[in-house]
Amino acid sequence: MIDLLLEPVSYEFMQRALATAVVASVVCGVLSCWLVLVGWSLMGDAVSHSVLPGVVLAHVLGIPLSIGAAAFGFLAVALIGVVRSTSRVKEDAVIGIVFTTLFALGLVLVSVTPSQTDLNHVLFGNLLGVSRSDLVGVVVLGALVLAVLLLKRRDLTLLAFDPTHAYAIGLNPRRLSALLLGLLALTAVVALQAVGVVLVVAMLIIPGATAYLLTDRFQVMLLVAPAIALVCGVTGVYASYHLDTSTGPMVVLAQGAAFALVYLLAPRRGVLAARVAAARRRRQLVSRPA
Amino acid sequence: MSAAVDVRDVTVHYGDVLALDGATLAVGHGRVCGLVGMNGSGKSTLLKTVTGLVRPDTGAVAVDGVPPDVARRQGVVGYVPQTEDIDWDFPLSVRDVVMTGRYGRMGPTRRPRAADREAVAHALARVELTDLAERQIGALSGGQRKRAFVARGLAQGATVLLLDEPFAGVDKRSEATITRLLRELAAGGATVLVATHDLHALPGLADEAVLLMRRVLRHGPVEDVLRPEHLALAFGLDPLRGEAS
Repeated sequence: MIDLLLEPVSYEFMQRALATAVVASVVCGVLSCWLVLVGWSLMGDAVSHSVLPGVVLAHVLGIPLSIGAAAFGFLAVALIGVVRSTSRVKEDAVIGIVFTTLFALGLVLVSVTPSQTDLNHVLFGNLLGVSRSDLVGVVVLGALVLAVLLLKRRDLTLLAFDPTHAYAIGLNPRRLSALLLGLLALTAVVALQAVGVVLVVAMLIIPGATAYLLTDRFQVMLLVAPAIALVCGVTGVYASYHLDTSTGPMVVLAQGAAFALVYLLAPRRGVLAARVAAARRRRQLVSRPA
Repeated sequence: MSAAVDVRDVTVHYGDVLALDGATLAVGHGRVCGLVGMNGSGKSTLLKTVTGLVRPDTGAVAVDGVPPDVARRQGVVGYVPQTEDIDWDFPLSVRDVVMTGRYGRMGPTRRPRAADREAVAHALARVELTDLAERQIGALSGGQRKRAFVARGLAQGATVLLLDEPFAGVDKRSEATITRLLRELAAGGATVLVATHDLHALPGLADEAVLLMRRVLRHGPVEDVLRPEHLALAFGLDPLRGEAS
């Protein structure tokens, strides 16, 4: 039994895969708490796809990937904002147009870039091929994002809850939105390593949404969401090793399973608990003497 | 001596829609002023020009003699939002929400100090929500929710309090509590602007009323503004008897 856990970590590539999965899971898990409450799930999807051309260009130019990613993340959001406010097309359609176009641009750039960048790795992640320097990059970026998120957590929560009040007491909701967006773009780069562009959005939504079903306290959400993501990240990597399946998708599959479990079984907000409570209420109504 | 809220010839457009058209009014310190008008008459827009959230196309707004942008950084203006503007499933407790009133006075990480906790506890006591402070904000009744947001303004130390439809979905008892509270605040020198459909609540609450229909139709004592012939100007029929639509 213990071999099942120890054998994989005797390989260095598995150690790096686990470390990357853990960092990406925790950072995404924390950020996801705000994304699900602000209602930025679609925005998370859009930004994580839109960073691709930035990542490829940064790779070609030899500058840090995070700079290219952040630049294109902001470009995407700016384009979405401009087109929405200057045309009659609705926001979800604008988001769909902008991010797919930028994503396509990224794919085209990948196809003409003579390098070791493997399209499959970009799309679906490459946990097993994480190099030492990749891991250092992920850790540094993850730590930076996490530190800023935790320092500004109260402002970001107020932004999500009541931006009008935030404005009325002298805070700057636009600047806070931009901050959250920038952190989202950087986080997309971290998660890209782990699960790839296509599945990043899962890591940016599922942990927060799952934690939201378990608690009415934001502080608790901020602990539960990364904890769930962490367990799923490690479970996914181990499962993929023993089942010989692709790693990134296994991590996301584990998160989806965790959500399904909580959705069904959560003590108060779960579907089952609601059914039981409803049945009990009905019984009481029937048995109550007339 | 400048008025607490001074709105001068303010015009606001949202795209092609005219929301306010040369609105002018001044409300003094320690006064409770009711803003009365139909949906779309510009009540919420007027409140938002006072917070600075909406910038007038023409005209000027002053709060305590300074522009809204300066006033909001001083934490002068408290805002109690409409019920629809809040996500009531949000995972914050009543105490957490009231604490956000203190953020303008805190350091960059908004870590509460003893003085902040005290101000919050005091504000909660004043609106009689101390016992419910640890509840999730949506687990309150309609009236309790409004009181929680008034408490946020109290904790903030706002001297100009803006309330958007504070009586919508509120039971009579909470309405009475909110009315008493706002009267107390005004007696303490605060200025209170209340946008409301609920004309019945006004006589016991407000010192003065403004009849709004994109511009100010009347501004004066409540009894005068609520006279049927005046209301007919803004509502098209007598809203105290029939349902205004």
